[in-house]
Amino acid sequence: MQRLLSITAALLVALVSPAAHAALKVLACEPEWGALVQELAGDKVSVYVATNALQDPHRIQARPSLVAAARNTDLLVCTGAELEVGWLPLLIRQSGNGAIQPGKPGNFEAAAFVPKLEVPTRLDRADGDVHAQGNPHIQTDPRNIALVAEPLAHRLAELDPANAASYQARLADFMARWKAAIARWDQQASPLRGTPIVVQHKAFPYLEQWLGLVQVAALEPKPGIEPTSTHLSAVLASLQARPAKMILRAAYNDGRGADWLAERTKLPIVVLPFTVGGDEQAKDLFALFDDTVQRLLKALP
Amino acid sequence: MIRPAPMVVLLGMAALAATPVFAADTAEQQLKQLQQQIDQMRQDYEARLKALEARVRQAEAGSSAAAVAPPSGTSSAATAAAPAPTPAAQPLTAPVSTAAAPTVANAFNPAISLILSASYASLSQDPGSYRFNGFLTGAEIGPGVKGFSLGESELTISATVDPWFFGSLSVALAADNGASVEEAFLQTTALPAGLGLKAGRFLSSIGYLNDKHAHTWDFIDQPLVYQAFLEGQLRQDGLQLRALLPTDQYIELGGSIGAAGPFPSGGSNGNQPGTATVFAHTGGDVGISHSWRAGLSYLWAKSNDRESWDVDASGNSVTQLFSGNTRMLVVDGVWKWAPNGNAQRTSLTLQGEYMHRDESGSLTYDGTGQALTDSFSAVQSGWYAQAVYKFLPEWRVGLRYDRLNVGNVDAASNNGNLFVPAYSPTRSTLMFDWTPSEYSRVRFQYAYDSARYGLTDNQFTVQYQLSLGAHGAHGF
Repeated sequence: MQRLLSITAALLVALVSPAAHAALKVLACEPEWGALVQELAGDKVSVYVATNALQDPHRIQARPSLVAAARNTDLLVCTGAELEVGWLPLLIRQSGNGAIQPGKPGNFEAAAFVPKLEVPTRLDRADGDVHAQGNPHIQTDPRNIALVAEPLAHRLAELDPANAASYQARLADFMARWKAAIARWDQQASPLRGTPIVVQHKAFPYLEQWLGLVQVAALEPKPGIEPTSTHLSAVLASLQARPAKMILRAAYNDGRGADWLAERTKLPIVVLPFTVGGDEQAKDLFALFDDTVQRLLKALP
Repeated sequence: MIRPAPMVVLLGMAALAATPVFAADTAEQQLKQLQQQIDQMRQDYEARLKALEARVRQAEAGSSAAAVAPPSGTSSAATAAAPAPTPAAQPLTAPVSTAAAPTVANAFNPAISLILSASYASLSQDPGSYRFNGFLTGAEIGPGVKGFSLGESELTISATVDPWFFGSLSVALAADNGASVEEAFLQTTALPAGLGLKAGRFLSSIGYLNDKHAHTWDFIDQPLVYQAFLEGQLRQDGLQLRALLPTDQYIELGGSIGAAGPFPSGGSNGNQPGTATVFAHTGGDVGISHSWRAGLSYLWAKSNDRESWDVDASGNSVTQLFSGNTRMLVVDGVWKWAPNGNAQRTSLTLQGEYMHRDESGSLTYDGTGQALTDSFSAVQSGWYAQAVYKFLPEWRVGLRYDRLNVGNVDAASNNGNLFVPAYSPTRSTLMFDWTPSEYSRVRFQYAYDSARYGLTDNQFTVQYQLSLGAHGAHGF
């Protein structure tokens, strides 16, 4: 046994490279935070994104590749607000990486810097997959991205003081461009104000609040519960009293519920990229909102 | 929630009391002035209260008020909407303030989760006759009882202890009103170099299924090879050290030592550990739709009079006491597929494990009126392979095949006493489950079980599993 331990220890010593690493390693739980880190840090960091836009960030497994990435990262950038509760706590524990434990500077939760919507007044799983801290899909409002950008830049500077000036300059540059872009999107999206919509999952309250969309129905009977035929029929009936103009779903959602409803109501389905990489166009944060606004406008009658 | 109107009246009255009497003015003028003052104050306070309410809501949501502009001026009511982004004018060193959460006594309570399960089984053979003929096993083998039965209710309480430790306790409450400690361990969170130490009682990390709790299994029961060689699962009371290498490829090396007692060790080994393991796991992704993990483990166990039970040819119960060493090699592999890595709607999991066990020492065969001790050696193996396919978001179907190889058993002068048929126990299992939410599951299982020599058992089982409380995170 002792021999085995000493062999293991020797192996470890051999493998832990003593050389200072070139760039700060960042593990982003979702693509939007990966893209934001890229905007704020450029080539000063290397970013590994744990999920892609076609995956449901609620339901990911702590795969070996993710454990390895978490082991080697300096900074974890995640949404928080329980979005990743089904996999991230385990990933952090399995990683054996003290720097990214909750409360450490290496653990950054974006949702902590954003006022949350849909904070439940009662916590009961009869209401489906509710999040005690509010709706975690904060990235669909570009103003939230701005709220996260600043503390994130601070965090990068804290972990990598040598490049603090660079992060500050990039933040200022990003914020200026982002502000201009928001003004542009606000102006472009003004015809959308007041548009009644049906959503698949309650994933868009921040988008709705930003653009003034009005959600009149959701295809999921409860958050996280797949659409059932009885519920879809009820939605169909309710739409006669409160008609909607379009059906929204995220790229990762299964499309059958929306297809079923669209067939009967002749409503257009808008598949939103939801995050960076959700479709061909949404290659970065700017393109994500360009594309989101354009797709919504295109669906207007 | 704060109700603005009564508060304004109260504040207004307070203001009244503090207002000096204007001797020169008429009563009417005074009244008018007061009216104006109160109106002004009402506007003022309503605006402030609205702002306060917005802030309270944010604080309740546990959010940071860092970027929320404080209410400026008395005329502008703060809106609950996300504020416009602030330009990055402040230096990067400015601290980020966070909203204070209200202090509550139970804020530090550990996470509590409870698994409830129960089943109904229809078995064509008496479960009391369940044996792997030719294998020395522990007592806990077989399909359980006929008819309705309460499964184990598992209560897990866990929390971060301090900056250095995580602690967890899992207690299984059995149908017979007994409680057993499944796991109770501390785990380090702050060791350098990817090291992690566990101490206490824990499920050993050998193989793939060994450290998985029952509610995460894909089938109702464990593979035969786990039942025969590990009496279900190996729990160790001891220490485990694991190291995750700083490579892009996932490579985990580890080892553990534990007290004698849990099968395949038995009896006591004094100050010395009775079980020791080493294991290595590696894995990764292939494209975005495939991921895998493979492992190699080795278990060593020491036994001093480890008890196994059996019945002899005339139906009398006999005790077999084994003393010696058990060495076991475990090879495991899992391959998972989900389109685009999104297992929400469709996924396929292929999984298999092979165990090779070598036992050598002495055996005391204690039948009616005789106890004979002589040398004993057995080289045996077993494996299972399974596939689980999720074909709809809530539905899965699974198929599993089990096989044990009786191998070479040499009990010297006890050869006449032991019943070692040239027979390979096998079992085929079909599983079908419905998972309406992340927290509930109903499972149907049919097994064609030919584990006993010359007997086949048709086993139908229906089971439910519920998960209450803290949202569990499940590993790969």
